[in-house]
Amino acid sequence: MTPQRQARREQLAAAPINIEVSHVHKWYGEFHVLRDVNLAVSKGERIVICGPSGSGKSTLIRCINRLEEHQKGNIIVDGTELTNDVKNIEVIRREVGMVFQSFNLFPHLTVLENCTLAPIWVKKLPKKEAEAIAMKYLERVRIPDQALKYPGQLSGGQQQRVAIARSLCMSPKIMLFDEPTSALDPEMVKEVLDVMISLAEDGMTMLCVTHEMGFAKSVADRVIFMDRGEIIEQNVPDEFFNNPQSERTKLFLSQILNH
Amino acid sequence: MTVQTTSAPIEKPPVTEVGAIGWLRANLFNSKSNSVLTIVCFAFIVYVIQAVVPWAFLNAVWTGTPKDCQAPGAGACWAVIGEKNRFTLFGRYTYDEQWRPALAIGLFLLLVGASCIRRLWGKALIWAWVGQVFMWAILMWGGVLGLTFVNHEQWGGLPLTLMMSVVAIVVAYPIGIVLALGRRSDMPAARGLCVAYIELIRGVPLISVLFMASVMIPLFFPEGVSVDKLLRAQIGFTLFLSAYLAEVVRAGLQAIPKGQYEAADALGLGYWAKMRLIVLPQALRLVIPPMVNSFISTFKDTSLVIIIGLVDLLNAGKIAVNDPPWRSFYVEMYIYIALIYFAFCFTMSKFSQRLERDLSKATSR
Repeated sequence: MTPQRQARREQLAAAPINIEVSHVHKWYGEFHVLRDVNLAVSKGERIVICGPSGSGKSTLIRCINRLEEHQKGNIIVDGTELTNDVKNIEVIRREVGMVFQSFNLFPHLTVLENCTLAPIWVKKLPKKEAEAIAMKYLERVRIPDQALKYPGQLSGGQQQRVAIARSLCMSPKIMLFDEPTSALDPEMVKEVLDVMISLAEDGMTMLCVTHEMGFAKSVADRVIFMDRGEIIEQNVPDEFFNNPQSERTKLFLSQILNH
Repeated sequence: MTVQTTSAPIEKPPVTEVGAIGWLRANLFNSKSNSVLTIVCFAFIVYVIQAVVPWAFLNAVWTGTPKDCQAPGAGACWAVIGEKNRFTLFGRYTYDEQWRPALAIGLFLLLVGASCIRRLWGKALIWAWVGQVFMWAILMWGGVLGLTFVNHEQWGGLPLTLMMSVVAIVVAYPIGIVLALGRRSDMPAARGLCVAYIELIRGVPLISVLFMASVMIPLFFPEGVSVDKLLRAQIGFTLFLSAYLAEVVRAGLQAIPKGQYEAADALGLGYWAKMRLIVLPQALRLVIPPMVNSFISTFKDTSLVIIIGLVDLLNAGKIAVNDPPWRSFYVEMYIYIALIYFAFCFTMSKFSQRLERDLSKATSR
């Protein structure tokens, strides 16, 4: 282990726990989609979650901002427990940003309006201030010149970068990425990953569901493998990729790495 | 490997492919059966024109008395419209004060015209419409500013038709939105109530809603309080239209992808902000065509108030040609009324097409 890795590990061990998922179960009708999932995420930690489709990885991160409801167990985000209390849910959603596979930009609003909407209506910031913040983040994702266009006029990669900027405008403490590059043309994947890497470098707590193994190797502090609703294996990237323990992990890695 | 060294000359297309001849060949005579169809249709059009034009224009009587119209060989008697125009347009409104409803209609048309110009859209236009409501009240009722009072039981003709449809549309629109949201709500009580309302109102004919409104609404009020006939009809129309609009809006809500709701949720927007800022602006834009469809049918349905004895445009025309000397010229009167209805409906239709085009131009790729 390199000294940098060692230092990073100690730093994370000392950091407070930001997300705590304990004994979480969820069912879709009869289907047991999450089975006794336990996960603690430290502040500033970067986690990549992978696994075959239907393994519950998207469902897990969608439970963290309550886009999905869990039926058993506890989820505590930044000190607030997710319950049916709408107040708690709104508090948590303000702290947690999310980026979707299909971007989900608002097509009837300009890029700038997409970014200022939540700061103005949720945080009640004045319009001028919200616009200044939005421009700052649009510069950060390197598309300030597209601010007055509508999402439909942008490429997929640009749209996803706008989606990231839109989330950042709420100054979240945690960012969730749900397969952010899966809907992109191959030549646009890099521009989105670059933005995610720079976010990671700034110390953002990140949970990414992704199949970009290169990103996992270089950025993740921990890689989690899920299958059939359970966390099968989790480890630092080097160990995870070079020395997987479970048969299912080995099978999965052989399938995605050798094609 | 081949390389092109000389370029082929640029030529004009053959004369049979372009211009009027080309168009005719491509669109009217591009196959045997289409050629036959073209000739048959053309013959039919000629037949209709030669039957209608002499009656409607060449032999028509434009001004004069019933005697002139009954002369042998006389065509359409447009004179009846000149004679009965004021009753048709304004009903039983005090004759000497009819400049007031005329002015009100003028104001209305002016504002409609202004609303068609995208550049003028803004707060000022909204306030102009609000002001218009007061102007109408002052002009139609009077009783202030030296205008003599005219009871609303005397209102009739075009102002009544316009007023009933505009009020029904403006009031039913937000009710329809709330009903549509209620029908898709997670709260069983709200949902049940909205479904019951929509299905009940949609399940009965408009005529029976109007009857119920005029017979049953008074039962809900204590004795001595009388709700005006006009208001009752207005309530009936509004209830009816709102049920239909609710279904139109619901179609729009269902067309919005789940991802839009999720993105709004993930940003921390509450239910009402999510609906108002994200979902409804997109949903309402999608349903402009069916929505305008409902508006147009409401505009025409106002003529059903004849059954509860209100004198709207159609009824006023009907009463006007009841005058014995003019009685045989009801066809001309109905054509005139049909043209007025058509002018308004066609304007609505064109306006909505332009609105759709403008809105999609702004956001399309």
